[in-house]
Amino acid sequence: MPRWIFITYWWGHQMANLESNFLGIKSPNPFWLASAPPTDKEYNVRRAFEAGWGGVVWKTLGEEGPPVVNVNGPRYGAIYGADRRLMGLNNIELITDRSLEVNLDEITRVKKDYPNHAVIVSIMVPCEEAAWKAILPRVEATGADGIELNFGCPHGMSERGMGAAVGQVPEYIEMVTRWCKQYYSKPVIVKLTPNITDVRQPAAAAKRGGADAVSLINTINSIVSVNLDTMSPEPSIDGKGTHGGYCGPAVKPIAMSMVSEIARFPETKGLPISGIGGVTTWRDAAEFMSLGCGNVQVCTAAMTYGFKIVQEMISGLSEWMDEKGHANIEDFVGQAIPNTTDWQYLNLNYIAKAVINQDDCIKCGRCYAACEDTSHQAISMSEDRVFEVIDGECVACNLCVNVCPVENCITMVEMLTGATDPRTGKVVEPEYANWTTHPNNPSATAAE
Amino acid sequence: MSETSFTPGIVAGRLAADSYDEQFSDLHPLLDGHEALVASDRCYFCHDAPCITACPTDIDIPLFIRQIATGTPDAAAKTILSQNIMGGMCARVCPTETLCEEACVRELAEGKPVLIGQLQRYATDHLQQQGIHPFERAALTGKTVAVVGAGPAGLSCAHRLAMLGHEVVVLEPKAKSGGLNEFGIAAYKTTEGFAQAEVDWLCQIGGITIKHGQSLGAKLTLSDLQGQYDAVFLSIGLGGVNALGLAGEDKEGVLDAVEFISDLRQADDVALLPIGRDVVVIGGGMTAVDAAVQAKLLGALNVTLAYRRGRDRMNASKFEQDLAASKGVRIMTHVVPVGLHGNGAVREIEFEYVNDDMSGTGQMIKLQADQVLTAIGQVLQGHNLPVFDGGKIDVDTMGRTSITGVWAGGDCATGGDDLTVTAVAEGRDAAMDIHNVLVGSSNGKS
Repeated sequence: MPRWIFITYWWGHQMANLESNFLGIKSPNPFWLASAPPTDKEYNVRRAFEAGWGGVVWKTLGEEGPPVVNVNGPRYGAIYGADRRLMGLNNIELITDRSLEVNLDEITRVKKDYPNHAVIVSIMVPCEEAAWKAILPRVEATGADGIELNFGCPHGMSERGMGAAVGQVPEYIEMVTRWCKQYYSKPVIVKLTPNITDVRQPAAAAKRGGADAVSLINTINSIVSVNLDTMSPEPSIDGKGTHGGYCGPAVKPIAMSMVSEIARFPETKGLPISGIGGVTTWRDAAEFMSLGCGNVQVCTAAMTYGFKIVQEMISGLSEWMDEKGHANIEDFVGQAIPNTTDWQYLNLNYIAKAVINQDDCIKCGRCYAACEDTSHQAISMSEDRVFEVIDGECVACNLCVNVCPVENCITMVEMLTGATDPRTGKVVEPEYANWTTHPNNPSATAAE
Repeated sequence: MSETSFTPGIVAGRLAADSYDEQFSDLHPLLDGHEALVASDRCYFCHDAPCITACPTDIDIPLFIRQIATGTPDAAAKTILSQNIMGGMCARVCPTETLCEEACVRELAEGKPVLIGQLQRYATDHLQQQGIHPFERAALTGKTVAVVGAGPAGLSCAHRLAMLGHEVVVLEPKAKSGGLNEFGIAAYKTTEGFAQAEVDWLCQIGGITIKHGQSLGAKLTLSDLQGQYDAVFLSIGLGGVNALGLAGEDKEGVLDAVEFISDLRQADDVALLPIGRDVVVIGGGMTAVDAAVQAKLLGALNVTLAYRRGRDRMNASKFEQDLAASKGVRIMTHVVPVGLHGNGAVREIEFEYVNDDMSGTGQMIKLQADQVLTAIGQVLQGHNLPVFDGGKIDVDTMGRTSITGVWAGGDCATGGDDLTVTAVAEGRDAAMDIHNVLVGSSNGKS
């Protein structure tokens, strides 16, 4: 029995249904493997499905002809957190280097054997109508559930006028998307590059071209390290390096911000989104989905820990949904969008103070060093290492919370209406009041 | 096992010949590079870190650990050695569980401190194994200082003085330098001749002459030294041992643990060292534990450590007590020896059980014993020394004694615990004061 079925069975009391229906494409759960090395071939994809993944986006196919050539040296680089936890990965690998025919045959076989799992085919061919017209019927013939247009790959292919070179020109996106809708009958997902100033423009272009959804983010231009002995960027090929595509936990905040921009932009509001970028745990997935993603795609977590990691995502999301009373994933998709706003609309009458739980404090003093050296001198330190917040100085910046090694030892506590903020001497007011009406705002004054 | 494993009395070769190396192997082997990175990653780089405060030599521990974590162990070693020139030995013998590692916030958080001692050794070994001595002497001052005793305090003082540009002559009665590092610490804590290697490395600074076979006495008095040198630093340790004060103490098989440990440390082949079948060690400090554990490692069948108070009062740390227990040493508490029995050689020792206040209970217990090692404290010996306080040379915080121009530090002087690391700190601080007096604005002879 596949492990994911076993887990579902084991959590027999659960109410949550993880089934995903994205653009009419059904999958047992919203966890898809992104187009990348894990989905390069039949062997991997079959094992991924057996391990519990709900769907895959097959690693990008190119046009008919001599296969793509990859470097024969290192193609990945990484940055690490404590204990060599991989926080960011970059790669200089290109699209599939196996022949189109082999890939299409394998896709056909896999889809036939896994009718209830999502199989999406990623495609990248030259920006010419004939090239798309040639490949799309062959992809359609595989029985795959949809296609994803790779407009994001930032290295190698972009130098040949594909990948990010298309994704950075909204007009091209619109044009190619239109061709795809013309020559292909199933859902078309446009994958967006983050290497652009305003991600809303390519998303809007995709929508104008008829895209059923966008997926984001593709990888970010990056140099992860420089070898200080050879003075070569890494990964280094014979003493030379180039920028690669950056992904992994470190890019999640960038990806979520871009997702939220598309989810809030009037021209693209409601356009389905497949969230990509550093999803490593069930919590990451739930966060992306709360910002409007119908599902998520994962790559680096699987490349770091193997396919098994999906089991934690499944059990974790189930448990959280049960706890929150969400019966289906649609119940919470997009729930955080209404609470995502612009700075000017934040309530300036909301006042909080840091509170240190002395029972949990391990007396490392990092909150003190951070506040004393780099913030507001709002934490005192006694001779016996008791650290206390000075409410009269605390602006509730949260830095102490962020640097504290003990989770929930320091918290931000809201001051109640009517209390006096010892820092400003002002009474906390009940009314919401933001910058647009603030007396210090010249525009606000002019508007009155 | 060997033919003599069960033989009564004091005999050699109780273990199979090939098992001694394993018995006396390094207690905490050197971390490899990967282990050091994993261990160093756990340091939180605390503000005004409690581990620094807990270190008698004030090593900037978070800094040196960060230097290891970022791939610069030699820089880490310099951070350590600039505060504690015997950082290599201290990394091996410090009771870190009652010093830096007890203070580590991760001890409070999770009961698992950062491995500060082992990381320190990783850094210092990394530097010293390359033969690098990272310090240079300042311009010569023309001043000379006599250091009496080549133990940790004396060598620490000598190094700092030499670095500051003074000429130092170290007078040492024994044929080898190092003091208790060489003669008094369990073999499994400092393996492969590290004590001598460290002395040689330390002396690479230059300006230090060690003269062996020299001690204070009738031929060489303190006032002689004062006449020949600009300053004198006394680090003569505690040469005497306390006696049990029992009849039968002169029986064969009764000896002091310090001598036992010294013989073991100086042995070319520990397999040739005779050890009792039933060994009783009297005392509750580090020396007692070191002796008891090593008696067990030499193949004694039954080793009992007998202490007059409860385990919480033992000077040996809990880690040391647990180490002894893990090696099979039985720890008896609340017992005071009252008699040594045997015809010529000791065969039995008799104890009385005592209460917490040391009052007798009248209840007796006899233990079979063909070897009794006493570790009930060491005492300062010597004549015409500066004024004592509580049996030791009375010094102020800078190591100044009652005699102008004479400083003292280490076990022979008041202040601090009798630890290697404390001795190093006292030697270093006295050197700084001597330097100030000799060349600085502060004039100690005023």
